[in-house]
Amino acid sequence: MSNNTKLDLHPPAIKFHEPQIEMAHGAGGKASRRLVEGLFAPLLFGSSREPLNDAAHVSIDGTRMGITTDSFVVKPLVFPGGSIGELAVNGTVNDLAVSGARPEFMVVTFVLEAGLPTATLKDQIEAMANAAQKAGIKIVGGDTKVVEHGQADSMYITTTGVGSLLPGIELDPRSVRSGDAILLSGPIGDHGITILLARGELDFESDLRSDTRSIFPLVEAIARVASSTVPSGARPGIGSDLRPDLRPAILWMRDPTRGGVATSLNELARDCGLGIVLHEDTIPVHDGVRGACELLGLDPLHIANEGQFLAVVVPELADAALHALQNTPGGEHARIIGEVREEPAGAVLVTTSYGGTRIIDMLVGDPLPRIC
Amino acid sequence: MCLAIPGKIVEIDPQNTSSAIVDVIGTRRNIDLGLLEDDKPLCGDWVLIHVGFAMSKISETDALDQLRVLEMLGESAAALQEVRGYGLEPSDDTQPS
Amino acid sequence: MKYVDELRRPELIRKAAGEIRRLADPQRHYRLMEVCGGHTHAIYRFGLKDVLPPNIELIHGPGCPVCVLPMGRVDDALSIAEQPDVIFAAFGDMMRIPGTHGSPLEHKARGMDVRIVYSPADAIKLARLHPDKHVMFFAIGFETTAPSTALTLVRAKAEKLHNFSVFCNHVTIIPAIRAILDSPDMRLDGFIGPGHVSTVIGCRPYEWIAKNERKPIVVSGFEPLDMLQSIVMLLMQLQRNEARVENQYARVVPWEGNRAALQAMAEVFELRPYFEWRGLGFISQSALRIKPAYAEWDAEQRFHIPGIRVTDPKAAQCGEVLKGVLKPAECKLFGRECTPENPVGALMVSSEGSCAAYYNYEHRKHSQLTTLSLPA
Repeated sequence: MSNNTKLDLHPPAIKFHEPQIEMAHGAGGKASRRLVEGLFAPLLFGSSREPLNDAAHVSIDGTRMGITTDSFVVKPLVFPGGSIGELAVNGTVNDLAVSGARPEFMVVTFVLEAGLPTATLKDQIEAMANAAQKAGIKIVGGDTKVVEHGQADSMYITTTGVGSLLPGIELDPRSVRSGDAILLSGPIGDHGITILLARGELDFESDLRSDTRSIFPLVEAIARVASSTVPSGARPGIGSDLRPDLRPAILWMRDPTRGGVATSLNELARDCGLGIVLHEDTIPVHDGVRGACELLGLDPLHIANEGQFLAVVVPELADAALHALQNTPGGEHARIIGEVREEPAGAVLVTTSYGGTRIIDMLVGDPLPRIC
Repeated sequence: MCLAIPGKIVEIDPQNTSSAIVDVIGTRRNIDLGLLEDDKPLCGDWVLIHVGFAMSKISETDALDQLRVLEMLGESAAALQEVRGYGLEPSDDTQPS
Repeated sequence: MKYVDELRRPELIRKAAGEIRRLADPQRHYRLMEVCGGHTHAIYRFGLKDVLPPNIELIHGPGCPVCVLPMGRVDDALSIAEQPDVIFAAFGDMMRIPGTHGSPLEHKARGMDVRIVYSPADAIKLARLHPDKHVMFFAIGFETTAPSTALTLVRAKAEKLHNFSVFCNHVTIIPAIRAILDSPDMRLDGFIGPGHVSTVIGCRPYEWIAKNERKPIVVSGFEPLDMLQSIVMLLMQLQRNEARVENQYARVVPWEGNRAALQAMAEVFELRPYFEWRGLGFISQSALRIKPAYAEWDAEQRFHIPGIRVTDPKAAQCGEVLKGVLKPAECKLFGRECTPENPVGALMVSSEGSCAAYYNYEHRKHSQLTTLSLPA
């Protein structure tokens, strides 16, 4: 047995021992992972050892499709750049997109608090209709429940979306190898900081807006690059290029929502057993996000995004994929922000241009402002 | 205790001169100038902000001085002399000429 | 960002690092302590250890006000907040600090009215907005933060705002440094002095370190170039066998300190005869309490507090790590029973505590996780 330092991909099963559910379990970081892997997975997902996501590819009578689900509990309901309705549609679209599917249909459930003004609800439904039309997804059904005043923070929205699989995309973190490139579609932190400031507790103001949008056009752009080249060994079509690497061109995608880029990439590092190295100077961040993060002691890498995605691409296609993004409307600020390496196995390292390094972990709970 | 960052004063409340608005590359906040009573900053001044209070005015002269010293590091013994004299108490005799 | 970006310029950092390598005597092993938790955080955030030569060792000091707060004081604060119609207001740093029955955030999830504030002034605003409730502000911090609390109390009194009080846990930095120097296991060559505390107290309070203890101390800013420049200045003093106080952070730190800030503190606070520091034990004249003239705004006078002492588990070696005698990874509980998610001791609680900083930013760089090899 060789002495390789790859993380064990079949670790002993996590058991969930906590006596009650805490806020941290919903924050998307370590505690959430324990809940999903320790409680939900063994009971709901059977003995599948597939990495767990909020999207899955399923097959019905030989037809393959993508299916995803998500819930939206944001406060305040409306904020600069968007609202809960738009988040619900774009979030569903984006989950499908990063799983390698073209968004086609969605259904939506509302849990409404008694006393919610009809005008507020109408605004959100209109927002959803507009967002769905813009994103090219059709809302085909839904359900509503009303709960007592004091519950549901006015409105909770849950969605399920289905989509057709994009050709040539076979995502599997276990296929990721050292040397693969990490692409980011654009500036990070806009959504999370906008929400934090919109809550008003900290009394800061800025011109920042949520980045909520459909990223499907961008995913489609790199999918086209991927499907225009094939691994050698497959029968080449007319005009397609051969690559020596047998793997698909795009190996992994994720929309870095709650917990930010750091959480998503830590999940990747854990799922593939390799290390991720990011180059801090390449990571795009708007000044407004930077200033707020400096003031509050936060790291943009931990802040939620609603209109960006990460992709791991084989090195020989990284530049082509990047250019495809940069030439697509909305992808102008895409960058290659790092690469996969053997070390530090299972962790994410950030490097600076002067040679400083630090590990960045996934968050415990939501990011909190600090004064120390 | 230590997170304090520079911001530019963009507005001082005429009704309450201890109250100002500070800007940090686009993020703005109300801050209290009460700890700088002895040397009140003006609109356009840079101050160090900690927990919503201005702690100190930032001296542009000292900042530029410091940068000059840093640029010279590694260039000559004279530069090192600068660093040596830099940051001493004003009345100290070892200030380089 | 002005006065920030300039001090992160990579080519200047490389130059400063080069100068440090040139100045450091290869025959010598330097032990420099940065006192302040903000400096500890900066060292890790900017990866400064990677640009220093191996014979310069940075020892983390006790300047983390969240870390040194005994759990009993957290319990006291939460017990006040459990009273009906009390709003518990504190900085974000305090929200995850564990009390015996959970952290403030956990209490919030169970229904307690807990609010994060960025400034003590926000706590007063809450009091004005909710005249039917009492707002208790959980004040922590060294001399950097104490003047802001003081000024807030002055304003509250002037306004006759009665539904507001402060639970004061401000501590002072000099006794902490004394405790380090008095520790028999400690061997230090010099200090990177606290930058923001010094904007208030100035540089004079450190003169005894240079004169009596014969150690150089350079008051330092927090950007990478500030800290590297401070190390250059320390090395130069050590080279010449000198021990002086120097001010690297002159653009912001006045040698004489901030008179108005010191005056506000003197108006509102007095020194407690003694105060318990988590990991360091009882230290005399090391903490502030609210003067009788402001008793109405002192949460300890307005409310009955249990005052229970909660001792750390014996296995936790916080005291030794706080004093720099042990490295975080050398504590038996580090990374096992004690992690940022489940902190046992003080130094894992705050993001600038040396154990938390080391855990979050450093120790997995050297992961030696061995595994089953993958099937071919």
